[in-house]
Amino acid sequence: MTTRWFGKRVQRVEDDRLLRGHGRFTDDIDEGALESYLIRSPFAHARIRSIDVSAARAMPGVVAVYTAADLPFGQTDLPILIPHPNLTHGRTQRCLASEVVRYVGEAVAFIVSESRTVAEDAAELVEVEYEQLPVVITPEAAARADHLVHDDVPGNVAAEMIQEVGTVQAALAASPRRKRLHFRFERGAASPLEARAVWARWSTSEKKLTVYDSTQSPTSIRGGLAVLFGLPESSVEVIAPDVGGGFGPKIMLFYSDELLVPYAAMHLNRPVKWTEDRQEHFTAVNQERGQVHEVEVGYDDEGKLLALDVDFIHDAGAYTPYGIILPIITAAQVPGPYRVPNYRVRFRDVYTNATPTSPYRGAGRPHACFVMERTLDAIAAELRLDRAEVRRRNLIQPDQFPYVLGVAWQDGNTAIYDSGNYPALLEKALANLGPRPPGDHVGMGLGMYVEGTGVGPYEGAHVQVLVSGKVVAATGIPSQGQAHATVWAQIVADELGVDVADVQVTGGDTRRFPWGVGTFASRGAVTAGNAMHLAAGMVADKARRIAADHLEVDPVDLELVGGQVRVKGSPDRGIPLAAVSILANPVRYAFGGGTEAATQFSAKTRPGPPLHEGEQPGLEATGYYSPPGSTWAAGCHAAYVRVDPKTFRLEILKYVVVHDCGRVINPMVVQGQIEGGVAQGIGGAFYERLHYDSEGQLRNASFMEFLMPYCTEVPAIEIDHIETPSPLNPLGIKGAGEAGVIPVGAVISSAVEEALGVPITEMPLSPLKLFELVKTQS
Amino acid sequence: MKVNGANHPAPVDPRRLLSDHLRHDLGLTGTHVGCEHGVCGCCTVLLDGAPVRSCLMLAVQAEGHEVTTIEGLAADGAPLHPVQQAFHECHALQCGFCTPGFVMSVVGLLAQHPSPTPQQVDEGIAGNLCRCTGYASIRRAVSRAAELSAIPSPALAGEGEGEGGTEQ
Repeated sequence: MTTRWFGKRVQRVEDDRLLRGHGRFTDDIDEGALESYLIRSPFAHARIRSIDVSAARAMPGVVAVYTAADLPFGQTDLPILIPHPNLTHGRTQRCLASEVVRYVGEAVAFIVSESRTVAEDAAELVEVEYEQLPVVITPEAAARADHLVHDDVPGNVAAEMIQEVGTVQAALAASPRRKRLHFRFERGAASPLEARAVWARWSTSEKKLTVYDSTQSPTSIRGGLAVLFGLPESSVEVIAPDVGGGFGPKIMLFYSDELLVPYAAMHLNRPVKWTEDRQEHFTAVNQERGQVHEVEVGYDDEGKLLALDVDFIHDAGAYTPYGIILPIITAAQVPGPYRVPNYRVRFRDVYTNATPTSPYRGAGRPHACFVMERTLDAIAAELRLDRAEVRRRNLIQPDQFPYVLGVAWQDGNTAIYDSGNYPALLEKALANLGPRPPGDHVGMGLGMYVEGTGVGPYEGAHVQVLVSGKVVAATGIPSQGQAHATVWAQIVADELGVDVADVQVTGGDTRRFPWGVGTFASRGAVTAGNAMHLAAGMVADKARRIAADHLEVDPVDLELVGGQVRVKGSPDRGIPLAAVSILANPVRYAFGGGTEAATQFSAKTRPGPPLHEGEQPGLEATGYYSPPGSTWAAGCHAAYVRVDPKTFRLEILKYVVVHDCGRVINPMVVQGQIEGGVAQGIGGAFYERLHYDSEGQLRNASFMEFLMPYCTEVPAIEIDHIETPSPLNPLGIKGAGEAGVIPVGAVISSAVEEALGVPITEMPLSPLKLFELVKTQS
Repeated sequence: MKVNGANHPAPVDPRRLLSDHLRHDLGLTGTHVGCEHGVCGCCTVLLDGAPVRSCLMLAVQAEGHEVTTIEGLAADGAPLHPVQQAFHECHALQCGFCTPGFVMSVVGLLAQHPSPTPQQVDEGIAGNLCRCTGYASIRRAVSRAAELSAIPSPALAGEGEGEGGTEQ
């Protein structure tokens, strides 16, 4: 019997140790490590007059205190991760600030001591004299350029980019109807429940640096550390062990601690660890979402879009380490699943005195979706048309793929939608939503989105059948809870005809697989999943070649089933996969485990050298998958909500999702990704607001005041699927990691607008915001 | 202080939090620390059978009490505790960081309400944050755990289990 694992609700193989409390998160690693603490700027913009660490250095238990002056790389600007020609004024910070601090939380000094409590006590003895400078805190203020974040960046503009498809001015002028709209999105935070942590050890005898880092990209961290410390990459090992949620901001090169902890470990020749606390996570870790959009739309009396002009500013924060990926994604994703015959988009990426931005689950898309969906709702209201009907009239049709958007995409190519069936998503969502529940102040919300997923450049995988017949597989990308160990095992098990339980997967450990990029942008399943498929396929081919030799049959007549390589139609004629693995490695000295079968007097004699020309020893292979372009997932969310007219409490009565991520590897895992994404979207739409004051202080930097939803705020979510396989990759899959979050703000806004009769043009909402909106209107 | 059935010497540092004592002095790193101000619930352990935030207690305050951590629910090699088993079956964990806190809260909940109503389920887990699952699968797991707990199974009772574990 051939068991197909792909597509099954396979239970997770990673659960057991996590459930028993045997997970291994970075802060769980100790091994006598020194502990450390970062002193951070309390001001959003200030000149550093002086830093005096002498009292801290003298404190018993303190091992070292570092300022920029103490570091060989203290004057090195950290890298711009993704340079772009339009990023004309890119600026990055240094590991420790020594002249000017530009956001609250920017690192200034680093204390290493025998214990964390000593380090925190010593921090109180460090004297930093600051001269406060004017603060720029909203994107609007940044664009007005009353003050500058960087003296040498005129207008606070890091980058500007204009793209046009068609002729927007002419099309707007010719449109029977036009509308100007303004949409504002505030900053949000990913807030994974594990804050960040780094642990490092230097081995003098082996000249080897080992770093455990709660990162989403250990391969990149390894490359960066090797360059900075002048070590061969082979002397640097970076491992992302269990990581307690990522959602984007755990991918960065570098957070200061990612350099300081390894450096201190080398400098002091002792293991060093650093664990972030929750309060510092709020300002030290990258944020996202702050954007302000001016929209002009032209359309006809039927509600068909004729032209769309979007001009937006992106709040970059104090530095641009991640380049301009976020506004590039917004620019490309505004049109969504709709035909926009003439589209112009301009953005300016502006500096503010706030934490730098980098992708947070959704990454530029929730705002893009909000702009488009709110615009369509405004057209529907103007024309007194059903909101679904306006969408129906503008959707790209199933026969229009591949659909060329004509706008730049984040991988350097032009965005091209590979496949999809958007009308089916809409109709299914409407059917699943069903009739409106009775009662007052109930509103219906609707939102559609596309998501470019599976971005390159590539990922790889190594698959090996051991002499026991068990299989090990490894890839460079780490997991932050996405069930990689299970879904990679499913893919490999299918190719090799073994049980999922017999495939042991390692991810995010450069010792096992040193190449690759990282876990982000809904790309893991597409890139690493297909790499696993290709590598396992190569192993299966090799197993057939070796077994064919042994069984004296044609390889094409062999199949891998039940741990055997056997003749199709003759299940009795076969050889265990374990035996094939043994034969794949001709040995002189048997080392047990049945390897005597591969020694020179035992193995079957055959002409030619023991290892055939061009063949490598071992039943193993390394495969790489490099996508030709992104593959585009899509979906439709719809909801009924009730808003209490007195307290403005939000009650989500029903929430339906219809999702298309191509072929699904494990429906249980995809369901979990969507349910979690929607919950995060609900948080971002109604509860979570980063409250910066005019001085650039984050006033709610705790879980007491930054309100992430508990179970009491998240309703049951009804999920349905359609499957349009991607033609771009062998498995036909598309990414699913971010989909849940993207349209939620648009859906909740649409529903609240109808429930209360007030226009909703900004995110996030809150009971107070709704109270103010209703008050202003009446 | 008794932890998972075993006696341990009193903590040396009077300002040591119970969460840090468990993690860093006793090596019980299954108890996680997500916020250190009592909101996220990751550090939930049982104190004399009732769920408490170990980050809001000093270790010395646990003197004379019995502490049960996630490691105490099922012995190594033994089958999972019904609550752990239910979380596995229902995909109620993704990254696994909040999971020990949820599991301990649910053990406490089921000790109080062996067949909880949906509202009791929500109340029982409303003190724990999860950023991955969206809670739907955790709600399902609580119901499933109640079912599993109702099945008598001596194999499920782990060593040194606190009160409110798998009491039938």
